[in-house]
Amino acid sequence: MIYLQAIGVMAVIGGALAVLLLLADRFLCNYGPCQVRINEEEPFTVQGGGKLLDALYDRRIFIPSACGGQGTCGFCKVQVLEGGGPVLPTELPFLEETELTAGTRLACQVKIRDDIRIRVKEEFLHIQEFRSEVVTATMVTPDTREIHLRLIEPAEIDFRPGQYVQVFVPGTRDKTFRAYSIASPPSRRDAVELLVRLIPGGLGSGYLHRVQPGEEVRFTGPYGEFQLDPGMELVCIGGGCGMAPMRSILRHVAEETPDRKAWLFFGARTAEQVMYHSDFASLAERAQGLEVHYALSEPESSPDWTGETGFIHESADRFLKDGEGKQVFLCGPPPMIKAAIEVLTAKGIPRERIFYDEF
Amino acid sequence: MTESSLFGGLAVVFLAAILTNNILLSKFLGMCSFIAISRNMRTAVGMGIAVTFVTLFTAMINYLIYYGVLVPGAPLCAADLTFLTFLIFIMMIAGFVQLVEMFLERFIPLLYFNLGIFLPLITVNCAILGVNLLMIDPDRHFGFAQTAAYALGSGLGYLLAICLMAGIRQRLAQADIPRPLRGLGITVIITGLMAMAFMGFTGMVDL
Repeated sequence: MIYLQAIGVMAVIGGALAVLLLLADRFLCNYGPCQVRINEEEPFTVQGGGKLLDALYDRRIFIPSACGGQGTCGFCKVQVLEGGGPVLPTELPFLEETELTAGTRLACQVKIRDDIRIRVKEEFLHIQEFRSEVVTATMVTPDTREIHLRLIEPAEIDFRPGQYVQVFVPGTRDKTFRAYSIASPPSRRDAVELLVRLIPGGLGSGYLHRVQPGEEVRFTGPYGEFQLDPGMELVCIGGGCGMAPMRSILRHVAEETPDRKAWLFFGARTAEQVMYHSDFASLAERAQGLEVHYALSEPESSPDWTGETGFIHESADRFLKDGEGKQVFLCGPPPMIKAAIEVLTAKGIPRERIFYDEF
Repeated sequence: MTESSLFGGLAVVFLAAILTNNILLSKFLGMCSFIAISRNMRTAVGMGIAVTFVTLFTAMINYLIYYGVLVPGAPLCAADLTFLTFLIFIMMIAGFVQLVEMFLERFIPLLYFNLGIFLPLITVNCAILGVNLLMIDPDRHFGFAQTAAYALGSGLGYLLAICLMAGIRQRLAQADIPRPLRGLGITVIITGLMAMAFMGFTGMVDL
């Protein structure tokens, strides 16, 4: 009897709260139709109360957002010229002084409450959504999987080496996306290659380690601001799972300008984690300018290793003579990036020529 | 309690909740938000006010539910349902915070933008649940007015503690702290020192 009463009381109180919240949601959060105007073009109407980022996604404008609208990556910057309310404290860590005065906001934090006028970078408007099919998926190290995706719709992709895509993770309540660098060179226009290291409990990597050949994968892209400067020598430093963009960039360089001076420094902890060593060795035979260095930071666990040892920024320090006329791409864990930047700036490479992807 | 001593009784409960029985510094509840939000004064004040507001109102609502429904022989349900206390209190706090957030966003946007982001943070703040549970402590025999005074005092106590901490941390930002203690370490030590300082109030008023 007492349990029936308990259940009854819980149901009544819970139900009352739920009804109250639903009513509040219906009447308080209803802001009516609002107009969104992008880059001074014809405005469109959305139901107010939602996030700007979601409204843009519904219009198939794919602003980069590696965190999926959590407000933690700071990628989804747009300029809000009118409407949108004041800047929230959650946005401040990602906005510089000049951006604040220009009205830059994080699209995932802006709620559409009234008519809003925004400016979106022209290149974001070219970002498309792709449907693709898994062709092959192979493990290149015990925890890293190489996945080939053949594009279905649209059939071709235009991207620069070093750019990334955002893979849609199905089966989650919100629209969840995870960012992965493209590992294939841009000359392959009908397919995209990804390198995914499995992170225990990771949503995106868990999904991409589960998919089987024949299954469909959806992604948006390409994103990323890295631009190869054809007039400069190229230094690529990667560690851990930071191999994917190097594969794209260096294969592109080998195809287009095989004589161009380029370095690859790749750091792994153990020999088990070393990937594409022989691939790059044969690439270096074809591309005269390419110099490849692999180093292990924990060589004691790999007695057969005959190559370099130590942290990868130490190798870079040894083999790079100076910073004259060099452009740098870094990809790897934050401590590696930090150490590498110190080494490279000491060699006289200015910060604006050092590009990095941190994760 | 006679009419004349009622006000005095409330004042004692109110002051005790702020000083001698400060929810944060004597019970160490609500530490996570206390440490996370106390980096600068503005956000600390916002957080403190949000906690005060939510504590006061949820305590009053939960008081009515507890004595109206849950205790044995209550007017709305005679059976002893006190084992539901935790569930219902948490549910009420979460629901209330949601409602307040929507309400503020719609009608008082200015307040919402200053305070709103703290509201979701305190849905699961243990200081608030702590106050809600302590008010029904059978040793205390709190009436409705005393509960309100206790909740308001506890909220203000939290506000006081987090503002003091924010002030100290703003000064610490310039200080030369030994490297291993920077950040969390020194904050927890200071919290301990503050708690000891607050022990000086002991005996001044007592619950």
